Amino acid sequence: MKIKKSALESSFFQNFVVPLTAVLLSFLVGAIFILIVGKNPIEVYSVLFSQTLGNSYGIGQLLFKTTPLIFAGLSVAVCFKAGLFNIGAQGQLQIGAFLTAIVGMKTLGVPFYIEIPLLLFAGMAGGGIWGFIPGYLKAKLGAHEVINTIMLNFISTALISYLVTNVFNVPATVHTPPISPTGHLLRFDQIFPAFEGSPVNLSLLIAVVTVVLVWYYIDRTKYGYELKVVGLNPRAAEYGGISVSRQVVLSMVIGGAIAGLVGSNFVMGYKYYYEEGFSTDTGFMGIAVALLGNNNPFGIILSSLLFGMLEYGGLVINTMVPKELVSILQAIVIIFVISSNKIFRRIIVNLIKKKKLLMVQND
Amino acid sequence: MKYAVELLNITKRFARTVANDNVTLRVESGVIHALVGENGAGKTTLMETLYGLYQPDEGKIRVNEREVRIRSPYDSIRLGIGMVHQHFMLVPPLSILENIVLGAEHVRNCILDLKRNKDEIYELSQRFSLKVPLDEKIENVGVGVQQRVEILKALYRKADILILDEPTAVLTPKETSELFDILRQLRSEGKTIILITHKLNEVMEVSDRITVMRKGKNVGELKTNDTSPSEIAQLMVGRPVLLQVDKTSKQPGKPALKISNLNFVDKRGLKILKNISLEVRHGEILGIAGVEGNGQSQLIECVAGLLTPSSGSIEINGVETIGLNARQVFENGLAHVPEDRIKRGLVIDLSIKENLILGLHTNPRFSSWLKLKRSVIDQNASNLIEKYDIRPAQPNLQVRGLSGGNQQKVIIARELSRDAELIIASQPTRGVDIGGIEFIHRTLIAARDNDKGVLLVSADLNEILSLSDRIAVMFEGEIVKLFPNNQVRESELGLYMTGSMRKNDNRTENEDQEVSA
Repeated sequence: MKIKKSALESSFFQNFVVPLTAVLLSFLVGAIFILIVGKNPIEVYSVLFSQTLGNSYGIGQLLFKTTPLIFAGLSVAVCFKAGLFNIGAQGQLQIGAFLTAIVGMKTLGVPFYIEIPLLLFAGMAGGGIWGFIPGYLKAKLGAHEVINTIMLNFISTALISYLVTNVFNVPATVHTPPISPTGHLLRFDQIFPAFEGSPVNLSLLIAVVTVVLVWYYIDRTKYGYELKVVGLNPRAAEYGGISVSRQVVLSMVIGGAIAGLVGSNFVMGYKYYYEEGFSTDTGFMGIAVALLGNNNPFGIILSSLLFGMLEYGGLVINTMVPKELVSILQAIVIIFVISSNKIFRRIIVNLIKKKKLLMVQND
Repeated sequence: MKYAVELLNITKRFARTVANDNVTLRVESGVIHALVGENGAGKTTLMETLYGLYQPDEGKIRVNEREVRIRSPYDSIRLGIGMVHQHFMLVPPLSILENIVLGAEHVRNCILDLKRNKDEIYELSQRFSLKVPLDEKIENVGVGVQQRVEILKALYRKADILILDEPTAVLTPKETSELFDILRQLRSEGKTIILITHKLNEVMEVSDRITVMRKGKNVGELKTNDTSPSEIAQLMVGRPVLLQVDKTSKQPGKPALKISNLNFVDKRGLKILKNISLEVRHGEILGIAGVEGNGQSQLIECVAGLLTPSSGSIEINGVETIGLNARQVFENGLAHVPEDRIKRGLVIDLSIKENLILGLHTNPRFSSWLKLKRSVIDQNASNLIEKYDIRPAQPNLQVRGLSGGNQQKVIIARELSRDAELIIASQPTRGVDIGGIEFIHRTLIAARDNDKGVLLVSADLNEILSLSDRIAVMFEGEIVKLFPNNQVRESELGLYMTGSMRKNDNRTENEDQEVSA
């Protein structure tokens, strides 16, 4: 039996048609909820789109929300490629951002060309360590990374909460002292006045560069090859002389380090200090971002934009509908996307099949 | 002459392939009818259409001379058709009795009345001499018994037409001949049997009529008494096939692999390998025969650096390899065709070209310190695809999309491209069709003629007998017999394989005990 690469197997179909259908359908279902609260969905959606995409301030806000999602999504995707489910991006990014702030406040006056790389490295180191722990436990003891990353999320939240309120805080606040000004990342509105007021900054560029690096690593290097083999078939990896445990640890460290870069957006580009509760769900949204982006680095940019838009859009339509509705919409997108591979794929395949069959019969 | 089953002009298409192309198959009542063909010839699809698992796109089905429509297995069971699938459909933790009655339980006042079932099944098993321990759990019985359970299951549902899909694939020679006795018994009771297989000796032994399929078409109807294996093989493959492997005699050289007193104890503390000593010399094929699960897999994994033995020594090309990891063993001159190609040998979601460098990806030929050399990898893929005739010849295609035979060719191509001195081939032709088998056999012989040492492990005795220069038999983790040549009868091998005969030299056994004590 010959099996040719059919249109259904193509990466275009997998990467674009299926997730796009899922997103469109979820907006349709979201419309029902908007109707239920007694509003006109067309009106709500048109405000949502025009306020986020229709002017440069909105776009700036959207991009600011997009940046951390790219890091979190990449973090989850790298681990996913290695067959690991990293629920711990949240903890990793908290530790990374916190360490960025601490190193930043201790290195006042260091020239920017040292300070900026140093702070980025601090973020990566913090996240990387937080990824190393579950990776090592998995590789050496076989402890499941899902449980351990969840537990480490609790630990990081509590630990940082303690440190930010008791040890490193500016008195009477829950944030750290400011970082060295030489560690500030350029905001886009400093060059393009049109972005005036939105905090989108160079961190976005760092995110895009990270996307390219991750793609290169996974697609072009021998370590990326090993990572994929371990993720797809650990027994074949072992057979091929690839150390599965080393790849497990390595990919968790890389994933953690990427999550740790989230600090660059918030600490180095926006507030210039670490603030308790700056991010509560970015790491978890990263899972949805990675899924919708099909774990493809470039797909993650697109899905981050969508979730960034929903996040900022939630603030925009807050006056029209309860803000919970946006959470519902986000949740619907996630549910549809997660089930899309099975369900929509089958539906679309059946549609195409029927058409093909008709064509064959007409021949 | 009465027909039990008539499949008339059946066509069944899948997305882009035509699995059955205008196939007509007539099966006389009360005969054993063999349906033969290579993998992917459409045999199973045709039978699953008859069983109601698929709907034909075109064509008619007649059962007992009446046109019928079979929408699901429920319909086919009512028509008296039973099917024993290649992979058994049994529930391991349930008893044999429970498995047989599943879905056909007698119920009295909402309470199961298995006693009644049991009596009926007991009677049935007596009548067809299908002896099974009804109260034993499926997970505790061997595959031979499981198969009898499947047959009983079909008979209990009053099947008159029994379809068996590759029934001997997992059986030992003894179990196979028992199965054939059962089939003959069923035939004498008037049952009709359709046997899907690609083993020609079995077709010759047990069938009355033969239908040969190739590429979805019926290419020949034969009477078993009027044909020969080579005629069937030619119809199956579409060209003359050499069933006998041509092999010149050859003087073996120094050992490529030397195993001494190897022991392996698994995690549960079971002794899997007991004091194994073996040599594979350059220029010879050493065949290891044995029923699966007698330690062959662990022996191979120890040699390949995938398992660490408890004691003993393994030398490949004169270098001790215990303690080396899989990559280091490869680098020491090993090529390894693993027994389970899907689980071990391939990453089926990666492309052909990516699979062709598995384990070679750190070789400076294919990568620098960081980057994969993509043009070299592409070149390597197109060379090997051409040399080993891997189809379809698309280096970027996922291996998942290849037939079993072509998947195996990917592994063989990769492993022989290592140019290693020692080649381990474990079940190299399992699930591979005749054309592919011939090719793989020739490749292994060519390697031997090239002075490589070849260690062959196979459950297929024909393969062992036709390829090996020497034959070792494994039983319960021991080498129970080493034949210095391949002049052995299959039945004799069978006796050693099943433990009915152990080392006939008592002194050797005593010595062994002393060593282990």
